Amino acid sequence: MPFVIETYCHIRNNRIFRDGKLIFEAPDADLKGFLKSAYKFLNPGHAKFYKMDELSKLGFLAAEVLSPAFDRELPPEETAVILSNTHSTWITDIRHQETITDEDKFFPSPAIFVYTLPNIMTGEISIRHKFRGENAFFIFEKFNPEFLVDYVNQLIMSGKIKACLGGYVDQSIDGYEAFVYYLRSGKNDGKKPEHTAGEVRKLYEMNNEVKKEII
Amino acid sequence: MEELIKQLEKQIIEQLNLEDLEPEDIDPDEPLFGDGLGLDSIDALELIVLLEKQYGIKIENPKEGQKIFYSIRTMAEYITKHKK
Repeated sequence: MPFVIETYCHIRNNRIFRDGKLIFEAPDADLKGFLKSAYKFLNPGHAKFYKMDELSKLGFLAAEVLSPAFDRELPPEETAVILSNTHSTWITDIRHQETITDEDKFFPSPAIFVYTLPNIMTGEISIRHKFRGENAFFIFEKFNPEFLVDYVNQLIMSGKIKACLGGYVDQSIDGYEAFVYYLRSGKNDGKKPEHTAGEVRKLYEMNNEVKKEII
Repeated sequence: MEELIKQLEKQIIEQLNLEDLEPEDIDPDEPLFGDGLGLDSIDALELIVLLEKQYGIKIENPKEGQKIFYSIRTMAEYITKHKK
């Protein structure tokens, strides 16, 4: 039975792409402004978004872009959320550190502290879309489609899940990116990519021109 | 008191990232939790930090929290009484 990538989203360089097509951009905004305007554009009506850290906002928005394709007929426990990145919650860790460095101004913020674990992002997405399947976040030195594909395909073959939101959502002092895809077992019209490491890497590298320039 | 209430409305919006709201949207007598502003347990902790950071007030008895944080007006009354 094939595992098919139904739809995918890139968020990079203040642009959002769905299935390789640009759907939103805010070229002159800073990251905070970009995320806010993207939220207003997608209009999901989920005020909790404003309380999230930037990493969770990125993952949340990517999931929101893909959400029309989610199979709502599946039982909640049959959709997993398996994401990954390289820098964990580095930027939020720095923000948290700033609140506890000065002994005279020692005011750790609970709202910042709760986002110092990257799996909070998978939790936010799962709560929003009522997914109750496997929920995991992995940290690799660089994007690792071989591991992710093996892990997710094993879950599907074990019969635990039938669909999954997978991908890579990262933020560091050098920038940010999100590549998230939704895959489903058992359907393929022959036009959609199958869930293999090669296909996932190929999709990941689409719309990647800015990152390549940096490298 | 009214000035303090206005100040608290602005500080709460900023501290709790309630970006959809303007100070005038908040009724100072409306409950902050539950049916009112719908704040959660993390917000409650942020309010405790706000009192300490902005007004130098440390809540020694957690049981008092429910009364102090009932509404913006009850917060303002508590601050007026305990501000150092």
